[in-house]
Amino acid sequence: MIVEASNLNLYYGSFQGLKNINLSIKENLITGIIGPSGCGKSTLLRVFNRMNDLIRGVKITGGVLIDGEDIHSPMCDLILLRKKVGMVFQRPNAFPLSIFDNIAYGPRIWSITDKKTLRDIVERSLTAVDLFDVLKNRLKESALSLSAEKQQRLCIARLLAVEPEILLMDEPCSSLDPIATGKIEELMLELKRKYTIIIVTHNMQQAARIADEVGFMLLGELIEFNSTKKIFTNPSDKRTFDYISGRFG
Amino acid sequence: MKDKIAEKLLLVIAFSAIGSLLLITFFIFQQGIPLIFKIGLGNFFSMHWSPTRGQFGILSMIIGSLMVTVGALVVGIPFGLACAIYLAEFSSKMVQKTLKPIIELLAGIPSVVYGFIGIVILVPFIRTHFGGPGFSVLASSIILGIMILPTIVSISYDSLIAVPNTYREGSYALGATKWQTVVKLLIPAARSGIVASIILGMGRAIGETMAVIMVAGNALKIPHSILDSVRTLTSTIALELGYATGDHRAALFACGAFLFIIITILNIIAIRVTGRRE
Repeated sequence: MIVEASNLNLYYGSFQGLKNINLSIKENLITGIIGPSGCGKSTLLRVFNRMNDLIRGVKITGGVLIDGEDIHSPMCDLILLRKKVGMVFQRPNAFPLSIFDNIAYGPRIWSITDKKTLRDIVERSLTAVDLFDVLKNRLKESALSLSAEKQQRLCIARLLAVEPEILLMDEPCSSLDPIATGKIEELMLELKRKYTIIIVTHNMQQAARIADEVGFMLLGELIEFNSTKKIFTNPSDKRTFDYISGRFG
Repeated sequence: MKDKIAEKLLLVIAFSAIGSLLLITFFIFQQGIPLIFKIGLGNFFSMHWSPTRGQFGILSMIIGSLMVTVGALVVGIPFGLACAIYLAEFSSKMVQKTLKPIIELLAGIPSVVYGFIGIVILVPFIRTHFGGPGFSVLASSIILGIMILPTIVSISYDSLIAVPNTYREGSYALGATKWQTVVKLLIPAARSGIVASIILGMGRAIGETMAVIMVAGNALKIPHSILDSVRTLTSTIALELGYATGDHRAALFACGAFLFIIITILNIIAIRVTGRRE
């Protein structure tokens, strides 16, 4: 178990966003979290790298262990946690810097300044997302000149550059066309050999295609968590069945 | 029908504003440029300004203007940027809502009041603690530095605020601290606005007259240290236009034309820099 949540509750002021969540996520698998809009799936994802800290008035109770460490304890180093648990966002957020500087951004934060080391990291990260051959002569160009799909790949490469263990992906394909989506999915299947991936998606087919295990969320509750096959062929909860058969959501 | 009349009326008013600008421009150049041709560019940009002897060299004033402007930027940029960064990234909404209008209020204080404060407080302070006459490059730089703060703070602040939140999130998600995010990401992302704010502040510093006249000392020589007194182009025009006639008057208009060109160039640079953001 690389990620374990127990009795996790989250409140925005008086609104309860997450209700008593219990789940365990296994290493080197792709875990999908599905559910209708506003069910709290992104909120849950953002608990794991404490991005909710940026929002005022958020209160969390219950425990989340990552690699056995309580991420909400005062002993936990937030900066190290975010290095270990990287995040890809809904819309590609390549920085308005050059392609090279985008990838080197993380390593530079971690005080790597040696030019050769940085070049190696950039090459390795871009290779991991199949961009290096395409972009190797364009590293000085602005990252914003790339297509949305390439920007999203770049964002993933930027994460890989800081050597995370877990990749959180918050609807990473929602702003991409089907072909680009397919390519990103292929990439995820490749990446799972080295990383643990948790992906939030409202696209059930996507979860069915790539996830090993799937959690279904509704109104802040985790209704069911099981293997992908079980969820999509023989769900144990009626609400899950209603959702995957398209009755709502 | 009523719409048509209103439209035409607004058109006339709009063009009269542009028209008066064109008239002013034309007048300044028409009055000033012939003198430059009469005495020659070489003489115009020489050291010797002695209207009674027919010498109209503005070099010492150009250097004077340059020194106080650079001085103003040395004072204004660090304070202005620090203030903008604090307001945009570190302060609470409450602080933002209180401080930003107050800083913008600085722009509304008449420059003679700045000059007055300079004379009463700053000039004696410099005289007793650093020596020299007190009326100096240093005094002008500090006063101008404060005067250009509103320009630098509010434009830099706006361009920092305009940086999309997704960039901040992306940076934090890589483990960056707030300060690292500001220095490595937000400032580069807001660079065009920040540069524009500095250039516009520079334009304001070059053009400022009253406050500078009051604290600069206005001696017609090239200053050797920041404690020496100094005379700028704008001061010269304001001080001498009252009694100038003939070529002397034309020479002051030529100074005006020169200033006009410099400030226009600065504004064009500022517009181009901000325009490139898209």
